[in-house]
Formats: sequence, C-alpha cells, structure tokens
Amino acid sequence: MSSPTLKQSPLREHTRIHGLGIFRPDVIVTNDDVCQWIDSSDEWIRQRTGIATRHRANRDTSVIDMAEAAAIAALRDANIEASQLGAVLVSTVTHPYATPSAAAQLADRLGATPAPAYDISAACAGYCYGIAQADAMVHAGTAEYVLVVGVEKLSDFIDNADRTISFLLGDGAGAVVVGPSDSPGIGPSVWGSDGSKHEAIRMTHSLLEIRDLSLAGTAPATAESESSLWPTMRQDGPTVFRWAVWEMAKVAQQALDAAGISADDLVAFVPHQANIRIIDEMVKQLSLPGHVAVARDIVDAGNTSAASIPLAMHRLLQENPSLKGGLALQIGFGAGLVFGAQVVVLP
Amino acid sequence: MASNEEILAGLAEIVNEETGLAPESVEMDKSFTDDLDIDSISMMTIVVNAEEKFGVRIPDEEVKNLKTVGDAVGFIANAQA
Repeated sequence: MSSPTLKQSPLREHTRIHGLGIFRPDVIVTNDDVCQWIDSSDEWIRQRTGIATRHRANRDTSVIDMAEAAAIAALRDANIEASQLGAVLVSTVTHPYATPSAAAQLADRLGATPAPAYDISAACAGYCYGIAQADAMVHAGTAEYVLVVGVEKLSDFIDNADRTISFLLGDGAGAVVVGPSDSPGIGPSVWGSDGSKHEAIRMTHSLLEIRDLSLAGTAPATAESESSLWPTMRQDGPTVFRWAVWEMAKVAQQALDAAGISADDLVAFVPHQANIRIIDEMVKQLSLPGHVAVARDIVDAGNTSAASIPLAMHRLLQENPSLKGGLALQIGFGAGLVFGAQVVVLP
Repeated sequence: MASNEEILAGLAEIVNEETGLAPESVEMDKSFTDDLDIDSISMMTIVVNAEEKFGVRIPDEEVKNLKTVGDAVGFIANAQA
C-alpha cells in the first residue's frame, strides 16, 4: 500500500525588510532631571554613557499603544495592508502581563486577525531575534509578510535611585515588515544565548517574591523607593561592557562572514544602543572603515532595549537618505544573556 | 614570564593608551580609581588589553579586587607563574 505524499509549504529564496516605522514618546528626560534622583552631573553621564536625553512615555501610554503607532507607520512605509500579515511578532520585556501577549492585541488593533501573534522575550536582542524568526518564516513559506515590533516602556521598571542602569533607559517602539524579495535582503542570523550570566542584567524581584511579601503584610510598594517591592532593572555594568564589546564584536564579525561580505561593503552599523562607549569600542574592535555610518541614536533616545535598533536605523535613514538600499550590520545583545546579529539591506 | 618591572611598564603603556595618562604616573601604590581617576568601564578595557598582552585570564569577579596598580601587577605575575 503506497503512503500519501505530504505537501509542504513552498520555499522562498529571498527575503527583505519592506518598510520601517517608529514611535518616540514625547516626554524628554534630561540628565539634569536624572540628577535630581542620583548624585551625578550632566557631564559625568555624557562621558560615561553618551546619553544627553531619553524619551519616556506618559503613564497612560501602553506598550501596545506605542507598538501600534510604529506598526501603522511600518505598514504604510512597506505599502502592505494589515490583512496581508501572516504573523505579528512583538519583542518586549515590559508588557506588564505574563499573558495574554501584547502581540495578539496588537494584531487585533491593526486588523491583522487571525494572523498568528506572539511576544518574544529577548530583551535588547529582541528585535534581531524577531528578524531571525520573520526571515525564517518567509523563507519557509510559513508566512508571506511578517510584522516585527521592538517596543519597550522601560520607565515602568526603573528605580530612579538606581545607579546601575535606570538612568540609561528610555521608551519607544520600532517596527518593520519582512517579506519576500527578488534579491537577498537579510543575511543569515548569528544568534545565541549564555544563561550562565543571567544575573548580569536582571530584575530585583520575581513575581512570586512580590506575592509572598505582599501576603506577609509588607507595606505597599512605590515605584520610587530603593526598597520597593516593585521589580526594577539592575545590571553589573563592567561585566556587561566586557561581554558586549569583546564577545559581541566576534558575533558581529560572524554575521559579516555568514553574509559573505566584509566591513568595507557596509554603509551602516546599527548596534543596540546600550552605551556610546560600547558602540565606540565595537567600532574599534571591528575595524570599521570611516565610510560606514554608525548609529548613535542613544545620545537623544537613551537605551530603549528591543526598540533601539529600529529607532536608530530610522534616524540614520532620515539623516542620510542615500544609505537606503545599502548594507547595514545590526546586532542586539542583552539580558539573558542573549544576542543576535544580521546584515540587512536598509529599507 | 615577565618581571614585575616589565609588567608595570606594560600596564603603564595600556593605561596610557586608554586614558592618555603619562606612563610614569602609573606607579605601584597608585589607586586606579582614587589616584588615576579610571572609571569601571575604562578599567575593563585595561583588563582585557592586559589579558591579551600578558597571556593571562583576569575574571570579572577578580577585577574589583585590583584596587592599586600593584594589585594588578601582583595578580598578573601570579597568573603567569
């Protein structure tokens, strides 16, 4: 008896980014504002981090609101209808529900239902993880067009008195539409994790600790207090710096090698905007030639985790429209620890 | 294997590259933070360059114990032994 032949999705050879959209919230927090909460100065913060301001969302603006604004702009830029989306991926670590996902509600708001939708928890590598998955889906025929959103409202998870990371962080969203292409538009993803360093960037409390402490009758938490029960971010800065520069420079080089190009072929370098000193040292380690435009959106936007690469890419393209169609190396790295990198054709 | 003097000279060169401080100001009893005004991120760059130069491994958790130039010279000398 002959067994039936299984039909599989037809493969597509090439993929690319069809459109890019962003949302920057309009509350500007300056270094002088930050210095009301920590003993520091504008000069010290600029010198140590490169940051002059960060954008933060007001209390009533949610992760989904910001994702929606960026997604609408990306769909418009790509000239794609929401109904054409075959998947909606939202990379975030600040949607304040373990479930349901931000992605399912975003898909509904956009009119993309019943597209499959889910969140990706990969912190500052989340956008590159999303590109890796979207690229694979389009290649494999699982979806024709995939929306990838990197969005964070980190201001909900900071402690103003914290000197390790809180003062670096901003809010925002960036979105792209990935779809089929006549020519190669997304190089192979080099991505991975190292959970042995999970404490290098972390939250102060688990949800279970908050439950147990509140059941024990502890005073209600406030978001401003160091001793607050509310979970906020912390990092071991020097450890993260060392890993981010010297380990991630290797990953970035692997992404170039996997794409079959050299640094000379790039028009832009769009690393996660963690700290300008990480960016500058990576540029040095990678020996990037002078003609490569380096994204330094961090100066105005701060560190926006999963949103930082699309935000930085958008600014770079606004300031240098001639980069469009050129090759950009993008790399995200952060809490997990996790990392992801690709070479992409700029939309 | 390098002598303490050679390690000090090599370290002074690395500190000079990272911070612009004159190599002769990098003395054994100087504190990296208090005397040389080297912040934690510059310290990591110095550590990584020292690892490469002297062929040793300086773990992250060890870096905070290297308070003076002499601490770093001693650690590197021991690690090379």
